[in-house]
Amino acid sequence: MTTFKLSVNNKEMSAEADADTPLLWILRDHLNLVGTKYGCGVAQCGACTVHINGKAVRSCLYPVSAVGNNKIVTIEGLSVNGDHPVQQAWEEFDVAQCGYCQSGQIMAAAALLKRNPKPTDTDIDAAMTNICRCGTHVRMRKAIHAAAGKGGTTK
Amino acid sequence: MSTIPSISRRNFLKVSAIAGGGMLVGFSMIDKADPARTTDEFTPNAYIKITADGTITLMAPNPEIGQGVKTSLPMIIAEELCVDWQKINVEIAALDAKYGNQVAGGSGSVRGRFEPLRKVGATAKTMLVTAAAQTLNVPAEECHAENGSVVHKPSGRKLSYGSLASKAATLPVPSDFKLKDPKDFKIIGTRVKDIDVKKIITGKPLFGIDTRREGMLFAVVARSPAYGKKLKSFDDTETRKLTGIKQVLQIKNSVAVLATSTWAAKKGRDALSLEWEDAGKLESTADHDAAFLEMLSKKAPDTSRNDGDVEAAMTASHQVLDVTYTTPVVSHAQMEPLNFFADVRDGKAELFGPTQVPGSLRSQVAKELNIAPENISIELPRQGGGFGRKLMPDNGVEAALISAAAKCPVQVQWTREDDMQNDFYRPSAAFRYRASFENGNLLAWHQSSVWLNRGNNSDTYPAGALQNFRAESQGLTTNIPMGYWRAPGHNVLGFAAESFMDEVCHELKKDPVAFRLELMEKAKQQPVGKISYDPDKFKSVIELVAAMSNWGKKQAPGTFLGFSTWFSFNTYVAEVVELKMINGKPRVQKVYCAVNCGKVVNLSGAENQIQGAVVDGIGHAMLTKVTFDKGAVMETNFGNYRFLRMKEAPLDIIVKFVPSEDPPTGLGEPALPPVAAALANALFAATGKRFRKMPFDEA
Repeated sequence: MTTFKLSVNNKEMSAEADADTPLLWILRDHLNLVGTKYGCGVAQCGACTVHINGKAVRSCLYPVSAVGNNKIVTIEGLSVNGDHPVQQAWEEFDVAQCGYCQSGQIMAAAALLKRNPKPTDTDIDAAMTNICRCGTHVRMRKAIHAAAGKGGTTK
Repeated sequence: MSTIPSISRRNFLKVSAIAGGGMLVGFSMIDKADPARTTDEFTPNAYIKITADGTITLMAPNPEIGQGVKTSLPMIIAEELCVDWQKINVEIAALDAKYGNQVAGGSGSVRGRFEPLRKVGATAKTMLVTAAAQTLNVPAEECHAENGSVVHKPSGRKLSYGSLASKAATLPVPSDFKLKDPKDFKIIGTRVKDIDVKKIITGKPLFGIDTRREGMLFAVVARSPAYGKKLKSFDDTETRKLTGIKQVLQIKNSVAVLATSTWAAKKGRDALSLEWEDAGKLESTADHDAAFLEMLSKKAPDTSRNDGDVEAAMTASHQVLDVTYTTPVVSHAQMEPLNFFADVRDGKAELFGPTQVPGSLRSQVAKELNIAPENISIELPRQGGGFGRKLMPDNGVEAALISAAAKCPVQVQWTREDDMQNDFYRPSAAFRYRASFENGNLLAWHQSSVWLNRGNNSDTYPAGALQNFRAESQGLTTNIPMGYWRAPGHNVLGFAAESFMDEVCHELKKDPVAFRLELMEKAKQQPVGKISYDPDKFKSVIELVAAMSNWGKKQAPGTFLGFSTWFSFNTYVAEVVELKMINGKPRVQKVYCAVNCGKVVNLSGAENQIQGAVVDGIGHAMLTKVTFDKGAVMETNFGNYRFLRMKEAPLDIIVKFVPSEDPPTGLGEPALPPVAAALANALFAATGKRFRKMPFDEA
């Protein structure tokens, strides 16, 4: 067991865990940030997507020992009031059905818009590789275009 | 069959005062299937809670699995109660006999509760109006309810529900109350966002997996690696050397590792040394498929429908079409891997987690642990998908057994691999369809199918429209658990039947839309045998989707259409898939859906269900299968269990509902069965090739 000091959502946090513990479980079980979801554990579904230094990363295969000084942002820290343009668009288009994958989808979409403020459908196809079992893809696509229209970058 | 006293079929309404001033309105549908419930006849059931401070809480009685009933059911109450939707709170009801049938399945929540919940709301509103009239000393006829208040029109005085709650609670329950005229609906039929939308987009703890309780341990379980094997022995020496491990317990045929975090428990589980032994047949998909073809070549013992003389018509014809379709086993793979929280101590069980059947969970836990049902409490979180997996309560039962053995609160977490390897799968099936023709007419239709576990049939159209029609089905016994998967039976019957109908149209050189309309007209004018569907409602969706998709008109170059229609859960759906071939690969551009499901409660949620079912159906048709090798599951995670992703999803799905004032019918499932055939038929239009075997991507 090692104590890891982490920057999560602009706060210094610490967790005592084995070095191989994936960041996902540090967030969920040690830091009680349960918005980041477990879906597959093999970086296939993207339910566990967080931002590390502004880029979308699947946290289920990312060991806590690799985090170092990198800055982690989770769904809980994407915006102070839940009003990031992607979150607003997700609300406006009533995207969710079960809602379980949507934290990861929102984090993936926010990271996309940060590097590509006006993505085309082809860009969205390439970047949005998370699984949504309920099939909200059409609404997600519309919400991403709408968020881009509002200037969909992290404030 | 026992005689049901007439009183038990009636609906009981009861109101009571709540501590601190306020009223509770309950509504009980006494279910003849549960005679024990009659003892609760006059116990108030809380659907509506109005407190003196004006807070209005509505209960959502059925499990929320992504089908939207945590929003749509309270909308029905709110409509008749005349409250401002923006100002109400909603809670998912705990399991309680007072709420009647608390199941999420069969596309039944809204259709079963539409009228009863309207009455719940209307009764409470009537009492609040009476309370206001008495307070103001005016005739009740001069008062009306709006936006959470009662207004006395002549004087313009207005009293809020909160201020009336205590008085209303003392009034007798009216037997005479009016439901709204649907043309006055202000909430039902509008677009309402999911009640949890803000919590979802900000990652609030909503799901079973998010449960955290004082003293709780995390458990991960080692289960059999193959169907037909059982635990022989295990050694936990290596597990116990790891950090955070608290207990290792054998529970029946499994071994549970309890630890201080999910990861520690998983590492501990993976470090177990386990020995399994054969305890039954070790089945493989190849054996199932071979047996299917053998069975299809013979006449099935069961015939569920036999109109006219199919064999004579086949023999008499020079032109016979004889085609086989196959569909694989698939897993539910709801996004939230199974989990459950249980705290079983001192003869009591507290359970919290994802299930579509809290009632049968309670019965099974009571039986397994010998605990009185009244000492078992079950509360329900929002659930990360269902699709039928949680119609089996095994995840909750297992958690209860582990907590009871461990004597502490425990959160059991299944990994994705655990989930995929311990499912109650959609059974694989094979279908043989035959048709014979004479002088450009369809003379006879024969459908025969074989399924894992048990047969499955449908007598929707063209039954009733043809002189000669036979349908038969049989099951192949298996020790691999089969279960209910979104639109059970229909999900693959719709594919086979509507793909075959397209082949029949091609053979007859008839337009697929025009030919179906012709069949509907025949079923209406000259029905053969029993008709299980309404030909006019079928026509309503077929004609609507044809107009929406510009069917029969010239399409843009490289654009191809496929049509299909199906009736299930009392709902009629017709769909057109529009695809383009891009670099030799198909990409679905648009899907048009016309739906006749009676009155729509939540337009946004309803449209989302249709869109989701279409994506679900397309993804599973194109990509997805589970295979078994000597009892072991070969597809255990999303690496080779392929799900549709954004790059394969339709760019748009356009949904229209046929305007209707009929009571609501099913919505979560009926849009799935037709879509695979619409896709296959569009692929045929584009490529000239028939896609008769799922997943299409392997063809």
